[in-house]
Amino acid sequence: MSKLNKSSSELDLDRPNIEDYLPSGSLQDSHPKLRLRDLLDISPTLTEAAGAIVDDSFTRCFKSNPPEPWNWNVYLFPLWCLGVVVRYGVLFPLRAIVLTTGWIIFLSCYFPVHFLLKGHDKLRKRLERSLVELICSFFVASWTGVVRYHGPRPSMRPKQVFVANHTSMIDFIILEQMTAFAVIMQKHPGWVGLLQSTILESLGCIWFNRSESKDREIVARKLREHVNGADNNPLLIFPEGTCVNNHYTVMFKKGAFELGCTVCPIAIKYNKIFVDAFWNSRKQSFTTHLLQLMTSWAVVCDVWYLEPQNLKPGETPIEFAERVRNIISVRAGLKKVPWDGYLKYSRPSPKLRELKQQSFAESVLRHLEQK
Amino acid sequence: MGSASSVLTQYDIEEVEEHCDHLFTQQEIVSLYERFCQLDKNAKGFISADEFLSVPEFALNPLSHRLLKMVDGLNFKDFVAFLSAFSSKATLPQKIEIIFKVYDTDCDGKVTFSDLIEVLHDLTGPFMSDKQRAEVLSQLLHEAGYTRESSLLFDDFIKILDSPGLKMEVEVPVD
Repeated sequence: MSKLNKSSSELDLDRPNIEDYLPSGSLQDSHPKLRLRDLLDISPTLTEAAGAIVDDSFTRCFKSNPPEPWNWNVYLFPLWCLGVVVRYGVLFPLRAIVLTTGWIIFLSCYFPVHFLLKGHDKLRKRLERSLVELICSFFVASWTGVVRYHGPRPSMRPKQVFVANHTSMIDFIILEQMTAFAVIMQKHPGWVGLLQSTILESLGCIWFNRSESKDREIVARKLREHVNGADNNPLLIFPEGTCVNNHYTVMFKKGAFELGCTVCPIAIKYNKIFVDAFWNSRKQSFTTHLLQLMTSWAVVCDVWYLEPQNLKPGETPIEFAERVRNIISVRAGLKKVPWDGYLKYSRPSPKLRELKQQSFAESVLRHLEQK
Repeated sequence: MGSASSVLTQYDIEEVEEHCDHLFTQQEIVSLYERFCQLDKNAKGFISADEFLSVPEFALNPLSHRLLKMVDGLNFKDFVAFLSAFSSKATLPQKIEIIFKVYDTDCDGKVTFSDLIEVLHDLTGPFMSDKQRAEVLSQLLHEAGYTRESSLLFDDFIKILDSPGLKMEVEVPVD
């Protein structure tokens, strides 16, 4: 637990070795004798730096590739225009009506159940769960969501946690329509925040605040309490900590993997055929993102519920997290990158630079000893 | 190529190609422009130091602040010209020139003993003492026929780094 005292912007020292992923700048071993040339030749380090300027794996994780335009000739363009008219003029109003109907039904059932059944907790919770699953189904219908679920449905047992890769907040809605999970989320402003504090609160959702360093301990404690409670909704965690563009996975935070319980991986892969479901929170608000989904033809995705995993003897939580990340990435066809998602908001820890310096210094000293 | 090449005209591409002495192909220049626009988040026409440092792979490089001084605030044409030394078509003297510029922080054409120590310090950090660095450098300079007091010029760098040549190339991803 002592590791959680660090601020969230610092990377832990016992991360999986980034040296395995990145080239290291040490001297050639073919010339045992150290020459002036070997020290003067900084070309490997410069090449790495220039390579990072030209292309780097971190920025690629958050790049949304615009689809190739296909409407570029005489007969395709009118077809495309017709499509736009249908999507905005016919589908969108229909979907808005469906969504509004869903909300009316949900709210008119939810509040009576919540307040009138205060004494009958078991029944109330069961009804609330079904209602949340219902409103999520309405949401998914409002984007014409075509979701294929593979694998056994999550069960309600204590001492288990679900983890999934993260592409957009709609991940939560898509999973929620099948099973009423309690999720751990960043507290958002606006209407989303309102929903969070009222309805999601009753599901047992846990909030965190990225910018608070003390927050990690409090959240870790809440997670443990939730997981140990028998009657709580199954807990869903997105260990990447941020939305990634569904082609890559960034490093998983170890918080979900050191709770001492079974981890059930879920892999989600969106098909970009009609719309790209990646939510670039820097570029769009959630409302704009939802509107974009509601004015496209369909949202197509696959959800795989994978085999539950346990911490192997002798495995650290970080190794466990990497193993589960590998399982999810392989299933969903995503590439792994060795970066922490929070590097979107902060600089890398100086320890990473020191690893490189250490490797170079040791290689110089080693060559020196061979004289 | 999406929106990038609609902003960059054929004339622009040819001008940039001219400016970098044809060390990049036109396709590579278009890719570099996409990358430039990606890093230049609010379309100012140049990339700020902060935006360079938001690339973690660059920020953790020990020599990043030295390169940053050379590349900070450049417009696209000069950005490409800077990166042209890393093209596979660049000549050895062009590559050595960049290395020399990284060492020669005060741009007076001479690399002194203290310049060499500073770069070695960047590369080794706290894992070698100042004494060790001074000793290694003095020793190697002696063996190569120089002294602590000598200032290395560009021609000295060419002599030292010439054999067996230098590999300093970056591949520009072309869609």
